[in-house]
Amino acid sequence: MIKAVPKPIEEIIDLVKNFHKVLIVGCDGCVTVCEAGGLKEVQILAASLRLYFTQAKQRLDIDEATLTRQCDREYLGQLKDRIDAYDAVVSLACGCGVQFLAERYQDKIVYPGVNTCFMGVDLERGVYAERCQACGKCILASTGGICPIARCSKRMLNGPCGGSEKGKCEVNPDIDCGWQLIFDRLKILGQLDRFEQPVEPKNWASSRDGGPRKIVREDLRL
Amino acid sequence: MNSTTPSRLEKVLAAGHQAVTSEVGPPRNCDGSVIEHKAQMIKDYVDAINVTDNQTSVTRLCSLAACIRLKLMGLEPVLQMVTRDRNRIALQSDILGAASFGICNILCLTGDHQHFGDHPNAVNVFDLDSTQLLQTVRMMRDEGHLLGGHQVEPRPQMFIGAAANPFADPFEIRVPRLAKKAAAGAQFIQTQCIYNMEKFKLWLKLARERGLTEKVAILAGITPMKNVGMARYMKNRVPGIDVPDEIVKRIGGVPKEKQAEEGIKLAIEQIQELKEEEGVRGFHIMAIEWEEKVPEIVERAGLYPRPQIN
Repeated sequence: MIKAVPKPIEEIIDLVKNFHKVLIVGCDGCVTVCEAGGLKEVQILAASLRLYFTQAKQRLDIDEATLTRQCDREYLGQLKDRIDAYDAVVSLACGCGVQFLAERYQDKIVYPGVNTCFMGVDLERGVYAERCQACGKCILASTGGICPIARCSKRMLNGPCGGSEKGKCEVNPDIDCGWQLIFDRLKILGQLDRFEQPVEPKNWASSRDGGPRKIVREDLRL
Repeated sequence: MNSTTPSRLEKVLAAGHQAVTSEVGPPRNCDGSVIEHKAQMIKDYVDAINVTDNQTSVTRLCSLAACIRLKLMGLEPVLQMVTRDRNRIALQSDILGAASFGICNILCLTGDHQHFGDHPNAVNVFDLDSTQLLQTVRMMRDEGHLLGGHQVEPRPQMFIGAAANPFADPFEIRVPRLAKKAAAGAQFIQTQCIYNMEKFKLWLKLARERGLTEKVAILAGITPMKNVGMARYMKNRVPGIDVPDEIVKRIGGVPKEKQAEEGIKLAIEQIQELKEEEGVRGFHIMAIEWEEKVPEIVERAGLYPRPQIN
C-alpha cells in the first residue's frame, strides 16, 4: 500500500494562515492504514490548527471531511455541494488523491497535508518498509520473491556489490542487503543456480522512464 | 591467452608476465597537471595506469579526460567507468569517445553509492550495473553494435576488466559472482585491497577449482597503509574491506615515524607471498594519494623493470 507521513504542523499552518475558511479532507484508503491521513488524523489536525489560531487570536474556520477514496471520481463528487464555501482545501490523501481532488475542482486551492513516501508494507504498528517501485515488469520470480530494484540501494540486477557486510547495506547498517536476502531465499528454495546467468540490461520503459504511465484495461471498460 | 586488442596490459599478461597496474585519482578541480605529475612518478613502474571515476562518489575531474591526458603523454590508461552517474546512452558514448583516442582498457564498475560522497543528495542512475556494463562493452567490441542495436564500425577495441571483492558478504556468492563477471565479458580482475590473506587464498582456491583463474587474469589489490589511523579507518569505516586485528597491531606496534615504512614493508611482503599463488597474474597497487611510493614498492617487491612490450 501507499505509505505517507503527516507534514509538520508548522508547514500546514504556513500554507493556510492567510485564509478564512479551510476544509481538511481525509481519505479512508492507504493513508488511513498508515495512520497519516484518515478520519482520526483529520480530527487531530483540525483540532491542532483551531488551537493554534485561537491562541494566535486569528480567525480561521476549519471544517472536516473524509472520503472513502480520493483517487476515485465518484467519491470526490461528494464534495461538490460544499467545496465552494472554502478558500482552500488541505488534502490528507496521498499525492494521487491531492492531484485528483485539484483536477476535479479546478478553481479551488488544494494543498497536500502529508508527504507521500513509497509503496510498502506494515512491519509492525508505526513501522513501514518499501517493497516495490512499480517498475511495470515484475522480476520477483527469478529473485526469490525479493525485489532488487526496491531493496538494493544500487538497484543492481546482478548483485551483490562489494559493500555488503554482515547482511547489511553499505549505505546504512539499518538497511538489509537486498542481495543477501535474495541469496538466502534462493538457497532455501534450492535455486542458487539462477544467480550465475548474467541478467541483461533492464527495459525501464515500463517504469517512470517511459513517461507518465497509464493502464487501459479494455476488458474492464464499460 | 592470446591478445586481441592493442592493449599493452593484455599483451603483458598474454606473454605470461606478472602485470603491474596502479592508479591515479584525479583532482577535485580542473588542474590537469595533477594527473600528469602523478603519472610521471609511476609510469616506468607499471604496465597501465587506472584513472578512478569520481571515486567514493566525490566529484572530480572526469576519468575520460584524465585518460586522454595520459594517452597524450604516451602512457597506457585504464578507463574506470562507474554506472552510478550515467545511463546507458552516456556510458556507451564515453566508450566510443575513449576508443577514438586509442584508449583500450576499461574497468567496469557499479560505483559507490552517492551517500558517501560530496553530493549525498544527488539522484543516482544505476541504469546498468557493472555486469551489464561488461556485457555492453563486449557487445560493442565483439558484435559491433550498441545496446539499442545500431551497428558500430570501427568497433571499440577494449581489454575489459572488472573488480572483485573476495571479502564482502555473503562470502559464498563471491566466486559465483566472479564467474558471472567472467561470463559477462571480464578478461581481467582487479581485486579489493587484500589484508585478510587467509580469506583471499580461500577465494582464489575456489576460483581455481572452477577454472576461473584460467578465464580471467586476476590482479591482486594492494594498498599500503600509511599509519595505524588509516588501518583503523579501513577496518572500521570502509564497507567491504577486511583488515584483521593483527595488521592493525603490526602497524600500530612501531613508533609513529616508522609506521609508513612498516606499511610499505607489509605491502611488499603481501606481493611476495601472492606471487607464489597460482592464479595471481599480477598486482594492482592502489596507493591512495601516495603515488610516490609506488616505484619503491614495485622495485623492492622484485617487479622491476617492467617488460618491454610494443
